Amino acid sequence: MVEKKKLQVEAINTGTVIDHIPAGQGVKILSQLQLLGSDLRITVGFNLPSQELGLKDIIKVENRLFNETEASELGLFAPQATINVIEDYTVRGKFKMSVPEKLEGIFECPNSNCVTHNEPVQSSFTLKERNSDIQMKCKYCEKSFSKDIVVGL
Amino acid sequence: MTNPLYQKHIVSITDLTREELELIVSTAQSLKTTPRPDLLQGKVVASCFFEASTRTRLSFETAVQRLGGTFIGFADGGNTSLAKKGETLADSVQVISSYTDALVMRHPQEGAARLASEFSTVPVINGGDGSNQHPTQTLLDLFSIYESQGTLDGLKVAFCGDLKYGRTVHSLAQALCRFGAEFTFLAPDELYMPDFMLDDFKETGITFKRACNFNEVAHDADIIYMTRVQKERFDETEYKHIASRYILTAEHLKEARPNMRILHPLPRVDEITIDVDHTPHAYYFQQAENGVYAREALLALVLNETI
Repeated sequence: MVEKKKLQVEAINTGTVIDHIPAGQGVKILSQLQLLGSDLRITVGFNLPSQELGLKDIIKVENRLFNETEASELGLFAPQATINVIEDYTVRGKFKMSVPEKLEGIFECPNSNCVTHNEPVQSSFTLKERNSDIQMKCKYCEKSFSKDIVVGL
Repeated sequence: MTNPLYQKHIVSITDLTREELELIVSTAQSLKTTPRPDLLQGKVVASCFFEASTRTRLSFETAVQRLGGTFIGFADGGNTSLAKKGETLADSVQVISSYTDALVMRHPQEGAARLASEFSTVPVINGGDGSNQHPTQTLLDLFSIYESQGTLDGLKVAFCGDLKYGRTVHSLAQALCRFGAEFTFLAPDELYMPDFMLDDFKETGITFKRACNFNEVAHDADIIYMTRVQKERFDETEYKHIASRYILTAEHLKEARPNMRILHPLPRVDEITIDVDHTPHAYYFQQAENGVYAREALLALVLNETI
């Protein structure tokens, strides 16, 4: 069992821990998590000391085991973060967040004249890292946007 | 052997390979010299123009008829079930495609053709979706370049005017990237080629430069591709000041190469003066005529396994 005294945020029995989030990005991830379900029990730590990052944010979600798809959706906000899936206080799965190649049905296309706004289709973006930004290109209107514009930050 | 475009949707120029572009161009060339009124015999093509168009619609409808096919459709979306009864485009497309062998479509919203291709049971040919793509314009541009230069490879192409909003400019530049072109851009700051396009050129290894006036452009270009600087994007004084610097006259062409040709997607307003029409460099009216042959080629390839 993990020793609680070493932890800066209380350990959880079962759930998912998103660690090594660059300080300041935690709030953005949190707002996305709340879209997954308003009854999720979430513990957060902001601006915690980190050897790698200087300061980091950490988020713990109880009783919810993230899969890689959900993790990659969050990866958009903090590609450097790690995800630990915890069961019985033990890490059962661990994966790095990464920028997904494609995101479907999550964000609306920022182009107000894109056909997806009034037709029965899901939005669909392909993602590409370019010039230290993540560009998202709509499959339908073919317009590319900076990630921050699409996710409304 | 089945041609690679048979039963394929033509939505975006970026969906087409270099080989497919060359096939369309060579087919257009052969249909221009040898008409084939048998290629669409017994075929019905839907011509669905949810937005007004002159050249695209008329040249598509001419192309269908010259190939021996018939068309149904409308020239204005105002009288359709979409506008009158609130039907979705997805539903309209499913119904129309069940009547016909192919669907040519123009729509004011970006992404409409891609969406249509997901709901149609027959090939969709994009005749323009909002400010996004207009692939058949690019095909006729490529055909006109090939026809006037004898090749598509390694040409020096200058784009002038509105390079920011002009969808024809973006699509043609994307297509020419596959043929190792060199680009020169002449445009006001406000209408310069957007960064995402410049990034694409860099990634593809295409060289490009910016020019300040037509004299810098005219002497070493093979093609000058003109577009209109639209009045509505500026206030009146600003427009007069800017537009006057982007008007091409016969005077600018004195040092042009003999093979240099000027293209323009039309309609032109005053960005090319009439005296240019009388020079051997003017090619925009032949280019407009080539719209019929390029569209014939596309329809013939999409609807015939072999030609």
